[in-house]
Amino acid sequence: MGDKHLIELFDVSKDYEGDAALRHINLYVKDGEFLTLLGPSGCGKTTMLRIIAGFVLPSSGKVLLDGADMARIPPYKRRVNTVFQKYALFPHLNVFDNVAFGLKIKKLPKAEIDSRVRAMLELVNLKGYEKRGVEQLSGGQQQRVAIARALVNEPEVLLLDEPLGALDLQLRKDMQVELKRMQQRLGITFIYVTHDQEEALTMSDTIVVMKEGVIQQIGTPQDVYNEPRNAFVADFIGESNILPGVMEQEYMVSFAGGNFKCVDKGFGERDVEVVVRPEDVDIIPAGRVGENGMTGVVKSVLFMGVHYEIRVDTGDHLWQVHTTDLVDIGERVGLEILPDAIHIMRKPA
Amino acid sequence: MKRTVFAYPYVVWMLIFIFAPMLLIVYYAFTADGAVTLENLRGALDPMYLEVLLRSVWMALRATVACLLLGYPVAYLLSRMKKSAASILSVLFVVPMWMNFLLRTYAWQVLLNANGILNGVLAALGLPQQSFLYTEGAVMLGMVYNFLPFMVLPIHTVLSKMDRSHIEAASDLGANPVQAFFRVTLPLSMPGVISGITMVFIPSITTFAISRLLGGGKFVMYGDLIENQFLLMQDWGSGSALSFILLVLVLISMAVMRRAEGEAGQEGGMLW
Amino acid sequence: MKKLRTFFKGTYLGLMLCFLYAPILVLIVYSFNSSRTMGHWTGFSLSWYAALFHDSMVMEALTVTLTIAVLSAAVATVIGTAAAIGIHSMRRGPRVAVENISQLPIVNPDLVTGISLMMLFAFMNIKGGYVRMLIAHITFNIPYVIFSVMPKLKQSSNALYEAALDLGCTPLTALWRVVLPDIMPGIVSGFILAFTLSLDDFVVSYFTTQGVQNLSIYIYSIARKGINPKINALSTLMFVAVLTLLMVVNLKSIKEEHKAAAQAKKAEARS
Repeated sequence: MGDKHLIELFDVSKDYEGDAALRHINLYVKDGEFLTLLGPSGCGKTTMLRIIAGFVLPSSGKVLLDGADMARIPPYKRRVNTVFQKYALFPHLNVFDNVAFGLKIKKLPKAEIDSRVRAMLELVNLKGYEKRGVEQLSGGQQQRVAIARALVNEPEVLLLDEPLGALDLQLRKDMQVELKRMQQRLGITFIYVTHDQEEALTMSDTIVVMKEGVIQQIGTPQDVYNEPRNAFVADFIGESNILPGVMEQEYMVSFAGGNFKCVDKGFGERDVEVVVRPEDVDIIPAGRVGENGMTGVVKSVLFMGVHYEIRVDTGDHLWQVHTTDLVDIGERVGLEILPDAIHIMRKPA
Repeated sequence: MKRTVFAYPYVVWMLIFIFAPMLLIVYYAFTADGAVTLENLRGALDPMYLEVLLRSVWMALRATVACLLLGYPVAYLLSRMKKSAASILSVLFVVPMWMNFLLRTYAWQVLLNANGILNGVLAALGLPQQSFLYTEGAVMLGMVYNFLPFMVLPIHTVLSKMDRSHIEAASDLGANPVQAFFRVTLPLSMPGVISGITMVFIPSITTFAISRLLGGGKFVMYGDLIENQFLLMQDWGSGSALSFILLVLVLISMAVMRRAEGEAGQEGGMLW
Repeated sequence: MKKLRTFFKGTYLGLMLCFLYAPILVLIVYSFNSSRTMGHWTGFSLSWYAALFHDSMVMEALTVTLTIAVLSAAVATVIGTAAAIGIHSMRRGPRVAVENISQLPIVNPDLVTGISLMMLFAFMNIKGGYVRMLIAHITFNIPYVIFSVMPKLKQSSNALYEAALDLGCTPLTALWRVVLPDIMPGIVSGFILAFTLSLDDFVVSYFTTQGVQNLSIYIYSIARKGINPKINALSTLMFVAVLTLLMVVNLKSIKEEHKAAAQAKKAEARS
């Protein structure tokens, strides 16, 4: 992965009849990286993808690909290919012809088309399917044809619009691994759109979290998970306990009726929001509660396989706790939180 | 009670009024005075009659091609327009179709009349008067005019229901708009095209009203022949034999179109 | 460049519209001409409209056309809808056979339908032009109703019917209260289609009637003798009726679309 900025968006905005789909987006995509646009429906991630592909023109701002301004360049002239959400395979062509479509447009020699298509089909594990009709394929197979069709053109950037949405869970997880592996092997820049935060965390080099047309945070999966910039990001990525708090002083915040040591300082204001991940809350016997702890009553216990999802009511807040320790409903327990598990963030404006 | 019972009234009706008449055609085509004979059929295959058949088919073919060439662009342009404009325009294109078919034909009688407005315009321009009516061109014009909406409708339906993402995919893969049309849009619109051809070609062969009104009886079409045999000559045997040949022709055309539809790779639609 | 393309598109569509409407407009204009000729204007007159209304044959033909259209469409819709429900439940063999035979009136040239029915009526000794026409119209209408309703039946999941049964309906009640409303769009469009086909029919009526004229037959017999401005008047009235009807229907559906879209936007904004 190089440091070259392959794609740059400068102050890009997009309005649809009064609705702002994108607001002042500034973003760059590094050459060879796997970047994910993550956010709920309507956050503008698909719009941004389509602007890069060329199907949508921004209302304002500039889009540069490899330094060149893309404003007047139509989709069929961009060195960018898209894997569509519903695959958009051509029903009147078989697998081979679908994949070969872009190459035939470029009028490449038949022998070259043949070898490249076959190699690509082998890469996506569809060797032998050349003559099949696309309607007869399963969802996963259609998915792979769509990927092959895009990649065979050796684009500079591959855009993927929620490609795994229609697949069942196991297949989706397998495809996530495969896509990542493909991307690393080919070294092509992938821009991936999804609303599934787990998917984003698994596959990406960089995650761009979006909400209502505005970028909330850009960072590596670890950054975004461990150091969410605001409550929205904290809530969207993984699960969280979010409560109002007051910065009593440096390294000390009060919330849920108690004062807790924390590792943040210099917030200026007093009123803040406090985020604690469920897996960072420890359940200890009620009697052993210390400085960074409180007590409460167990309200519910759900077995999730990997852990128990337990809710504890401390009177001020209903805490979500992920732990492998089993407790009984109605039991009084203690909750302990280490200082560096407490994330402080500014209250939203 | 099984639900199939609901179909029984219809099945009875169908056997009497749809199936039996077909049997009657076969019966009269192959019998004379109660005895089985091939005479009727032989008479129907008389070179004179075959010539009329060929002429009718040839005319129908030309009319169909004309409708296709004129109608496809209309369907295409309509499908690309924004909803509001497209709705109003669609209504405008559909209104003539709702007018009585004979009135539409009569309209051309009026227009092409020797003392009609077209000649009036020519006279005003100092050009010689033409006799438009009672020519093959007039009949052809009448056919195209009447059947054009039936070509536009199915094509428009298919085009407007077409998934836009296919065209986007083609564009994404490097096809400019012209290439995208010929490689993706056109092939995918084939079921509509075939539907349109079906709704124009076969009626064109058998129409007799248009040729009567606009051709003045000078151009005997196959439909005229059959009508003559039945109503004028009261010769049901001969008429049925001619109809039988027509049916065979229709069956062949349908088989050809079914094959073409199958190759287009899409599932057949219902009526539309 | 884009403007030029739009211009061409517009011109082509404009030319096509002219082609479609020129004859009709000429008809309309000359329906108000005081003289009989269609070549030049001699003065405005409503005499042809008067003549039209005084022509008893026209009025009779119109009545015949309208009543047959309504009756045949109604009967065809009832029989056809029942048939569709029945056919849908048939096993593959009988179902395919019935469907194929039902295609005959649709696929056959109406010439063949007309003469074959004519022969049948003679064979069965059914007399009376009106009755024969009515039977003929019902016959060619039913298949269109069936093929309008069938897709809706196929779409309508069996689960609805079973849910009704589960909640206590007898099969008949379930059919009436649940399945029928669900396939209603198909039934309605089948009815409209049948009505339209019947209104416009010429060939089948021509062969099956015995002296009774419907509108198409009337026009044919007059037009064969040459031009007659009464027909112009008739065309004008028809054109206005069709145009108004289609405009009203379409404007209504456009309005409903706008309303639905606005409501959806409001709901979204609130969520």
